[in-house]
Amino acid sequence: MNASSPSARHSLPPALREPVLVRAALIAVGLAFLALFVLVPVAAVFTQALEKGSLAYLRAVLQPEVRAAMWLTLLCAAVAVPLNVAFGVAAAWAIARYEFPGKQLLNALIDLPFSVSPVISGLSLTLLFGAQGFFGPWLAAHGLKVVFAVPGIVLATTFVTFPFVAKEVLPVLQAQNADQEEAALTLGARGWQVFLRVTLPRIKWAVLYGVILCNARAMGEFGAVSVVSGHIRGRTNTLPLQVEILYNEYDFAGAFAVASMLTLLALVTLAAKKLLALRAREVRP
Amino acid sequence: MKAADAAVRRLTRRRGILPGFRLTFGFTVLYLSLVVLLPLGALVLRSTHLSWAQFAAAVSGPRALAAYRLSFFASLLGALINLVFGSVLAWVLTRYRFPGKALADALVDLPFALPTAVAGIALTAVYAENGFIGRYLVANGVHVAFAPAGVVVALTFVGLPFVVRTLQPVLLDLDPAMEEAAAVLGAGRLRVLARVIAPAMLPTLLTGFALSFARALGEYGSVVFISGNMPLKTEIVPLLIFTRLEQYDVGGATAIAVVMLAGSFALLLGIHAIGMVGRRRPARSQVVA
Repeated sequence: MNASSPSARHSLPPALREPVLVRAALIAVGLAFLALFVLVPVAAVFTQALEKGSLAYLRAVLQPEVRAAMWLTLLCAAVAVPLNVAFGVAAAWAIARYEFPGKQLLNALIDLPFSVSPVISGLSLTLLFGAQGFFGPWLAAHGLKVVFAVPGIVLATTFVTFPFVAKEVLPVLQAQNADQEEAALTLGARGWQVFLRVTLPRIKWAVLYGVILCNARAMGEFGAVSVVSGHIRGRTNTLPLQVEILYNEYDFAGAFAVASMLTLLALVTLAAKKLLALRAREVRP
Repeated sequence: MKAADAAVRRLTRRRGILPGFRLTFGFTVLYLSLVVLLPLGALVLRSTHLSWAQFAAAVSGPRALAAYRLSFFASLLGALINLVFGSVLAWVLTRYRFPGKALADALVDLPFALPTAVAGIALTAVYAENGFIGRYLVANGVHVAFAPAGVVVALTFVGLPFVVRTLQPVLLDLDPAMEEAAAVLGAGRLRVLARVIAPAMLPTLLTGFALSFARALGEYGSVVFISGNMPLKTEIVPLLIFTRLEQYDVGGATAIAVVMLAGSFALLLGIHAIGMVGRRRPARSQVVA
């Protein structure tokens, strides 16, 4: 650990430290807040899920409808994540490495899906592809279904997870200048070689970080997917939608059992995030 | 020399010695247009199909007004709770050492990672009449689940990471020399906090608050479970949009969505403005020092 690491802060001179009681009180208040709003709800998910025993839990998790929902959730992530990785890396490269008019605007537009309510994202897709939507008649004439079908759900997932990878990769690319890439070029490397051999190794942790966040949101998205799903059992339900259905049918044990799988996913996401942060710090000189 | 160097770099960059500008820029713009701009454009275009009277009726009915009011004030209250307790949490996590700190730090991100539907049913279970916390509250006549207070609880949950994660890096970067100087000149800890730390943190606090508020405004999943969804009482704006759509009132849904979208954009611009002021502020104070 060098002098600029966070832990150096603990050796502040006495004049810059609060009395022990104040410190203890602040820690207590902060942790109580965190426990009340985060720890208690998470614990509630698991206690409710296992309330009727582990056998009932397994039965709830292995229902055919839940398995179908799991496959659809995986499919959504399998489409949305690679697409948004390709976009995120391309966008970050274009913005960080070139000057062009409207760069600020492009940068702001990439953030747009974060500031749009998920319900509005779903509504927009309905207005585009729904029966009364702009492309509705054309789709119907060709026998294609987007809204209330799998393509709509995948599109909604792609929309809400749009900025994640770009947001992680862009600052990393911006912090590095193009010297190494330019050197590789003068040494005769081709464009793709430069990208794969020089750029990619330098941004791989940021890409992975983006993938993890993007995946968590893709699998957990509720609002946007809910609008375009139509809730057709075993067909257009993702895991979060299945949670809602079971809950609304008063099958609380089942709802919390499915919810516990999603909670585990969230906890794994957090652990992976933490590991990556540690790893990235090690790699940096 | 440095200026010349920079000029050369700017020139070569603009000319594009690195290949791939057309490919990456083209793909970026195409993908952005297809996935984001086309749907949002459809929303705005669809709203122009309404007459002015239809639009006004849809966005200003008593149910819509009640929903705006609830969404606004519940988000505001949630963001304020996060501002106060999130600041304490960020302070504690950056300045003190205590057992379980790494775990607490990791848990701050949970509201980002936990699917909102899960958060919704979990909070409802905790605050319902027979819930872990709810049983004590209800016994004392305080109703959280299926009441406006539940909306505030859910919106506090989803906005929790924003204040903490916005404050943490800035708190770490805060120059201890300023605090030292104030202490040497005789200021007590409280005075240092009020006169040195708080002013330096003000733009960051505002940014964290605004991000938390913006996130809360659009939230849907966690709220619909805990609020009970009673029109005029516990119905938030995103839910009203969804309800209108399910009633085949596409025009009404679109009109309210456009109003909400405009509000979000205004907020986003505000956050950008705060960020710009915040970036300028430290530079100026360094010059003075």
